Amino acid sequence: MEDLQLMVSGLANGCVYGLVALGFVLIYKATEQVNFAQGDMMMLGAFVAIGLGNESHAGLPFWLACAGAVFAMGAVGMAMERTLLRPLFGQSQIAVVILTIAFGFVLRFAAGAIWGHDPLVMDNPVAGAHVAFGQVVLGADEIAVIAVTVLLTGLLFLFFSRTKLGIAMQAASQNQLAAYYMGIPVKRIHGITWMLAGVTAAVAGILFAAKGSVDPSAGFLGIKAFAAAVIGGFGSLPGALLGGLIIGLVEPFAARYVAAGYAQIAPYAVLILVLIFRPHGLVAQVRGKKL
Amino acid sequence: MSGALLEIRHLESYYGPVLAVRGISLDVPAGAIVALLGANGAGKTTVLKTISGVLNPDKGTVRFAGEPIARKEPDAIVRQGLVHVPEGREIFPLLSVAQNLAMGAYSRTDRGIPDDIESVLGYFPILRERLAQSAGTLSGGQQQMLALARGLMARPKLMLLDEPSLGLSPLLVRGIFSVIRRLNQEHGIGVLLVEQNANLALDIADFGYVMETGRIVLDGPAETLKQSRDIQEFYLGGNPDSPRGERRWKRRKSWR
Repeated sequence: MEDLQLMVSGLANGCVYGLVALGFVLIYKATEQVNFAQGDMMMLGAFVAIGLGNESHAGLPFWLACAGAVFAMGAVGMAMERTLLRPLFGQSQIAVVILTIAFGFVLRFAAGAIWGHDPLVMDNPVAGAHVAFGQVVLGADEIAVIAVTVLLTGLLFLFFSRTKLGIAMQAASQNQLAAYYMGIPVKRIHGITWMLAGVTAAVAGILFAAKGSVDPSAGFLGIKAFAAAVIGGFGSLPGALLGGLIIGLVEPFAARYVAAGYAQIAPYAVLILVLIFRPHGLVAQVRGKKL
Repeated sequence: MSGALLEIRHLESYYGPVLAVRGISLDVPAGAIVALLGANGAGKTTVLKTISGVLNPDKGTVRFAGEPIARKEPDAIVRQGLVHVPEGREIFPLLSVAQNLAMGAYSRTDRGIPDDIESVLGYFPILRERLAQSAGTLSGGQQQMLALARGLMARPKLMLLDEPSLGLSPLLVRGIFSVIRRLNQEHGIGVLLVEQNANLALDIADFGYVMETGRIVLDGPAETLKQSRDIQEFYLGGNPDSPRGERRWKRRKSWR
């Protein structure tokens, strides 16, 4: 029974890791850039939602606050691409890495300046509620987190496999030059990708803030999510989610069955094992180099 | 010659730090096949890339259907009906063949796309069997057909074809060139064809230009070019009759 509860709470954590990892992979696949501010974007999304929704702040209705945070983070993502990343297009990877790390710091201190450095919890409809299945008692927030993640990934899957824009985004990530030749507006697609990454960051942030507390350094979770993305094969969206879930599950079980301190080490141990035995990640996208 | 579908005047273009195109003027009349010949590194591909908007020219003008298109974004140029089929089968490897074709029509919003997929598959029947397969698993020849078919999906008035014969068997090359000729005759699609295989290109072209180190050194109707002694010797590998076997390395090209 206890294991089942551990599993559900681990899955719920893993969903947040997975969504942040999804943001990493979305941007990497489309633009071959790594956005190290992804975790901080999640943190910012959480604070925007809290700032809009909590009684102590603007006090808007919950759903309106969520929609506002999603919209705002989409705009932040798109603005980042437009103003910071596009001028760096064609520059070295290192430039982008340093820029996004620095931008993460900016977001962290901006959030601290606006909302303070104390942990905040987001007011939400399922706060404190429990659902009992026989002897198993699960937090309603954890179930909601899992449900929202399933829903969002389902929507993203439909978007990428069914819509013209989604397929064009895949096309541009597989062969950018050919996409140019076919008249696909590659630059606009990069902007839309960053917008999507902002949106998933906002959803992840709302879920994070709804099931625990958030403070400006919550963005460090991005490092764990980065590990999740690598475990999944950095370049595969389902892989990113899977990596997130694995890390989410490993943590509580390591704490329960090994020793308390190991919860922090276990995700990286898994990462190292995966890199040794499956260097391309669990869901590697096998693609022969064409000549 | 004015009123041509594509008019290039005094074009200069850099490929990286190299001035690869040094003042080129050429015309593609509507519905014509024009060959652009030349050795490796002559600047042919750079000319095509500059026309399709992937590179910006340094100087000069490019007019398509009377409108200036130099320095426009590639997607705007595709919407005007000019499609570039790049060298080396640049397909989308993880998308299915059908999705690749649909991406060729990305710039279009009309309802004729399913019909066009049908008619394009009529030209390349082998692709019909592979519609659901991911494009990276096709053979080289099939990928080249797919690249051509995908370009057609934009309903171009003019296609820029970069080395469609590259790395293909002679039989496949013949198949692809016969399709190019049919497209030209049945739909009046203009073609600017870049080829190393001068013989092949001059067989289907109406007019030809020869490039060398960024300049056009020779031009004329395809038939004339084929008869030209320089072309025969330097591009077609012909050996003009001479009792001693003429010493090629002693002769200079007429334009030097």
